[in-house]
Amino acid sequence: MAETLAQNDFMTVERGSPSALVHLRGDWTIDNAVVIDEAMPAIVAACGEGAVVDCSGITGMDTTGAVLIRRYLAHIEEEGAAVLTGVLGAHKTLLEVISCCPPPAQTEPDHTPWYLLPVIQAGGATILALRSTARLLGFLGLVLIRLFGALFDPGRIRLVPVVHQLEVVGLQSMGIVGLISFLIGAVMVNQGAIQLAKFGADIFVIDMLGIGHLRELGILLTAIIIAGRSGSAFTAQIGSMVLHEEVDAMKTLGMEPIDVLVLPRLMALTLSLPLLTFYADVVGIAGGAMMAWIQLDITPANFLIYFREVISIDHYWVGIIKAPFFAAVIATTGCFHGLRVQGSADALGMRTTRSVVQSIFLVIVLDALFAIFFTSVGL
Amino acid sequence: MAAEKKPEIVVSVRDLKTAFGTHVVHDGLDLDVRRGEILGVVGGSGTGKSVLLKAIIGLIKPAAGTIEINGKNRAEMTAEEDRLSRREWGVLFQDGALFSSLTVAQNIQVPLREHFHMSPSLMKDLALSKLTMAGLELEAAAKFPSDLSGGMRKRAALARSLVLDPDLLFLDEPTAGLDPIGAAAFDGLVKELSKSLGLTVFLVTHDLDTLVRVCDRIAVLGDQKILINAPLKEVMAFDHPWVREYFHGPRARAAGAT
Ligand SMILES: Nc1ncnc2c1ncn2[C@@H]1O[C@H](COP(=O)(O)OP(=O)(O)OP(=O)(O)O)[C@@H](O)[C@H]1O
Ligand SMILES: [Mg+2]
Repeated sequence: MAETLAQNDFMTVERGSPSALVHLRGDWTIDNAVVIDEAMPAIVAACGEGAVVDCSGITGMDTTGAVLIRRYLAHIEEEGAAVLTGVLGAHKTLLEVISCCPPPAQTEPDHTPWYLLPVIQAGGATILALRSTARLLGFLGLVLIRLFGALFDPGRIRLVPVVHQLEVVGLQSMGIVGLISFLIGAVMVNQGAIQLAKFGADIFVIDMLGIGHLRELGILLTAIIIAGRSGSAFTAQIGSMVLHEEVDAMKTLGMEPIDVLVLPRLMALTLSLPLLTFYADVVGIAGGAMMAWIQLDITPANFLIYFREVISIDHYWVGIIKAPFFAAVIATTGCFHGLRVQGSADALGMRTTRSVVQSIFLVIVLDALFAIFFTSVGL
Repeated sequence: MAAEKKPEIVVSVRDLKTAFGTHVVHDGLDLDVRRGEILGVVGGSGTGKSVLLKAIIGLIKPAAGTIEINGKNRAEMTAEEDRLSRREWGVLFQDGALFSSLTVAQNIQVPLREHFHMSPSLMKDLALSKLTMAGLELEAAAKFPSDLSGGMRKRAALARSLVLDPDLLFLDEPTAGLDPIGAAAFDGLVKELSKSLGLTVFLVTHDLDTLVRVCDRIAVLGDQKILINAPLKEVMAFDHPWVREYFHGPRARAAGAT
């Protein structure tokens, strides 16, 4: 019996002449792959310069086993020569299928060194922001051209989708918009009254509520809720259509994606946001009135009389006039990002996030510009 | 191998009924898949081949009937048994179903990561071997599924379904979208694997060449049932309008079936 150099459940290495003899045995299948693979360094070291590998003891083999045998041979060959013998007929074809060792190939996308990442990311983000803004403006122009074109060619407007979108973005948002406006109106009165009471001026809480809610909070809250609720839905709907090549199909069928997908959403949102804002105004004031009644003992009738005296209709108009502009921004941003989805489900998620963040950002910027404008014209 | 003590019938479907709402897809369907055979499943578009496959692998809950895999009733398995049993079969979906956020090689490694703790180098080796087996260029390994052609995606998905060395392979239209050379190579690969590994294959296909060259038996799906499940010769002699049209039409003649 030849001297045994190394041994485990699946193989024995014996000293032979001139090179070592490796007897493989047992099941070389995927279930044993981890054990067999872990034993490799020790076995290869024991083989020294080359070995004859005898497969006749193998009882079961699958493709993973065949790959393992090939790996053993390749590693032994790094030190010397490796010869395979005693392959059973049943395993022969399997080894042939696997025989050609694939040349090394990349299995993951390129990684950049960590120290360059911040610089690359900062630069990339800047370029991206600039490009994205330029593209968004371009897209806005395109949409406006199609929109005004449609005014002269009303056949292009698709009424059914507009009505459907009106229901989804308008009617179905009433619950959440109403609830949030009511709570915010109530909270404003609640907190404002506590502070103003220190000056004995708690009745002015009604001025505060009227001006704050009608001018700013009502419209801003509604726009932000709609950006989160409908803007993101626009991106996701259109984006998944892009991923499934539905938009490409549309183009080949002679349908203009902007007419079919963007204009109905834009029109529906431009119509529903002012209506929702009006509704948010009413509900918010009602919330405030309720809180005033509970906390300050001002009955709703007195509340209304005082409210009509101190709050001019201008405040209401200042708020409501902003709604169509915000709607246009939200719809355009949402649809723009949807149409720009590319590749994978990841991209869809990223675009949806970006669409929401960007439209909220733009809404707030626009609101600030409006504030400056209204102050300078003295409203 | 442990194959000897396993039952001769790998998949046994009895009295299967599946329905989506009121739309009944199968009713009273019986089917046996024997160990080591390649069973071709054919039928017109929309007759429920993909639904049958999904019912067998447990993605669709049947309305009635029993499905046994390796003698175990799927409805009575515990969650752990179910998880382990999934290791024994590989599935190739009709549209590939690769994970879009992973590269091709990472896609193939997903089942390995899920069930084993292998060294990265072995996993990489296995993934590349399976890619070569499925006939895909190695440059594709680092690409994302969205950057591949339809046929390449199919091959990548095939590589993923083979990576755990399953006993039982479910293939839904594997050669659809492959070029004829690739399809022929694929036929060869399936036959080879089934011979050397004793693989059982459930193969849904519209490809007459595949049926003629590879399949041991052919099951014809129609009228919500399996019309016949027999070797090609008997199926061709079977008297049913659709079957006759299918196996004696111009395309069947071109494939050399008649
Ligand atoms: N998720 C589902 N919901 C409702 N009906 C479905 C669903 N999936 C499939 N069906 C219906 O079940 C029937 C069978 O569909 P299936 O996908 O199995 O067809 P198939 O035989 O695979 O056709 P093909 O050869 O075109 O792939 C069809 O009528 C289809 O409309
Ligand atoms: Mg199908």
